[in-house]
Parts: sequence; structure tokens; C-alpha cells
Amino acid sequence: MAKFTLPANSRIGKGRHYDAPANAGKTRRFKVYRYDPDSGDNPRVDSYEVDLSRCGPMVLDALIKIKNEMDPTLTFRRSCREGICGSCAMNIDGVNTLACTKAIDDIGGEVKIYPLPHAAVVKDLVPDLTQFYAQYASIQPWLQTRTPAPPDRERLQSKEEQELIDEPSACILCACCSTSCPSYWWNSDRYLGPAALLQAYRWLIDSRDEATGDRLDDLEDPFRLYRCHTIMNCTSACPKGLNPARAIAETKKMLMERRH
Amino acid sequence: MSRRTALGHVLGLGSAKDGTGHWWAQRVSAVAMVPLGLWFLFSVALLIGRGTVDYLSVIDWIASPVNAVALILLIATMCYHSALGVQVVIEDYVHGGTKVVSLVLQKFAHAVLAAAGIFAVLRIALGS
Repeated sequence: MAKFTLPANSRIGKGRHYDAPANAGKTRRFKVYRYDPDSGDNPRVDSYEVDLSRCGPMVLDALIKIKNEMDPTLTFRRSCREGICGSCAMNIDGVNTLACTKAIDDIGGEVKIYPLPHAAVVKDLVPDLTQFYAQYASIQPWLQTRTPAPPDRERLQSKEEQELIDEPSACILCACCSTSCPSYWWNSDRYLGPAALLQAYRWLIDSRDEATGDRLDDLEDPFRLYRCHTIMNCTSACPKGLNPARAIAETKKMLMERRH
Repeated sequence: MSRRTALGHVLGLGSAKDGTGHWWAQRVSAVAMVPLGLWFLFSVALLIGRGTVDYLSVIDWIASPVNAVALILLIATMCYHSALGVQVVIEDYVHGGTKVVSLVLQKFAHAVLAAAGIFAVLRIALGS
């Protein structure tokens, strides 16, 4: 049955406050979700007064500054700091995005930072993406053919055919889209979610791939694909400006096309 | 705690190879309701405009063959579309054993609604 109350460890308590150093210039308050499952304590929201006069422009710069100078226990994922690795996906100011490409100046007032919604929390801002990656693996994201590869060169595509897969190939699997989708929140155990479906579509429209029918067979399911109700949160959340909702709609059209 | 792999969980029982028919039926029934719904609203507005919304004039209106057929189509399409939609809502939000029971009960409820509505129109139209 539908659950109407949150589990006990979802109730967020009052956290600690960290002041800016006395010589600070312009400061901004960052309110950051903290949770350590090993401690047995409930989550809390800590607030940090960050000295923006000695801080880079992005939210990730502030998080790194907090960890380096104010509170080394703060835990988050980050790597490339230029929007291509997808590690620092989190919920900033109520929107799933990448901390490294989100400018602090684009946010008015306090900067509220939470982990990606509706994912189990490993610690602080680190969500457990095991299932998300398994969903990606389940769509078999690799080229499948029956025709052997030409012995002397690559499998060729026309320029137009290549351009079709340009956009879906730009996905960095940060999980901003899937974890913003209400349908994924309620049924992520069976619904593949926008990220995996965008990648499924990327292989469906690859002119070199010869497993299109098998791929459609695997997707044609009331839960795996058809839990998408065109809510479009995926498309508005995507920090790379991609359109998973359109890819899902195109997949549904392909399934219709092979019936008539 | 289950020792099953994450991929094993995701692959689960495999694809049902179903859902496209449901998705298409929902769209087709929605499109069908556009002219039927507009016709119904227009007709009711016309009855009100003429000041003929008393019991006997409405019965007369329903009894005319064109109106009766259109009403039956509207009732059938509405109940069918609603059954498809409520099914999705239940699949979205209801988990566990109550899901299958709710799915069956909602189908029955919509069948009863459709039968009662159509029977009412037929009774008036065929005058018994």
C-alpha cells in the first residue's frame, strides 16, 4: 500500500553552525544536509558562513572550501569540476544539478544543498547509485551486430546518422534526471528511469546497431518504459541540456511503428 | 538481506512485452472524447439556452436516435478511458498484495458504471 509517513531516519534535525573567520569579506550561508548512517543519529542540516571573497564562483568551490577550511567531515563526490564527469550531482536550491557548473551568484539568499532526492544516502551528499548503474547495464549499452565488422576499416555511418546519436551520447550519467522524476521515485525498482531510457534510445537509433528489435522487446513493459507519464522533470533538470523525455516519446513511437 | 546482484534485481522477471496497446488505447480514447465531449457540452448548453431543461424535454432529447447513439459512445469511451487511467494510478502508487485486488475492483467498477449508463440511455431511447 502507499506509504504516508517517512521512515524515522528521514526526519531532519537541527545541525551545527560554523561562523566565517573574523577577517571575512562578503559571506553567504550554505545549509548542507548531513547524514552518517553509521552514527545512528538522524540527518541534520549544518549551516556554514562561507567567505565568498576568498572562494571560487561555483557551488562546488564553496563545498571544497568548507571541507578544506571549516569542516573536514563533510562528504561529497567530485572529480572533473567542469561538468563532464557527473560526480557532483546534488540537489542545490531545490533543483538537481552539478555543483561544479552551478554558479553561487545564480542563487538568491541561503544556498540549500541536499543529496539527489529519493536515493539511499551513503553519507552526507553521496547517494547510493548501485541500482542506477545496474539499470544502465541492463539496457546493454554497447554496439550489437550480426554483420561481421569490415576487416579493413571501421563500421561506417553517414554524417546524418552520426548526428542522430550526438545528443544522447552527451549524457554523463549524473542521475540528475532520474532522481528528479516522481515516477522513478515511486517505482525505481521496475521503472528504468529517464537516464537509462535515454541511453537505450541512443542505441535504438544507432544506424550501425542490428539489435533494435531485441532492444525494443526488452523495453516494451508497463513498468520499464511506460511508467514515464511525460512529467518532463528529467528534461528541465538535465545539466547538459539534453531531452530524455523526447527520447522516451520517440521510443514509444518506435514501438507503435512496428505494430502498424 | 538478499545476496542477489543489483543487475539481477533490475532484470527481474524480464519484460512483459506489453504496455504499447494500453498506451495507444489511452491516446485513441482521449482523441475520441474530444468530439464526443464537445458535442455533449454544446448540446447541454443548447438545451439550457432554449430553456428546455425540464425532465420531459431532456428525456425527449436523449430518446432521439442520434443523441442516444452519441451518448452511448460517450459513456463507453469515458468509462474505458477512465479504467485505463485509474489502472495506471494504481500501478504507480499501490504496492504489494492490495495492488492486484485494486486493479480487479476498479475494472469491475468501471464495467458496472458503463453498463448502468448505457442501459439507462437504451431504456429511454427504446421506451420501456
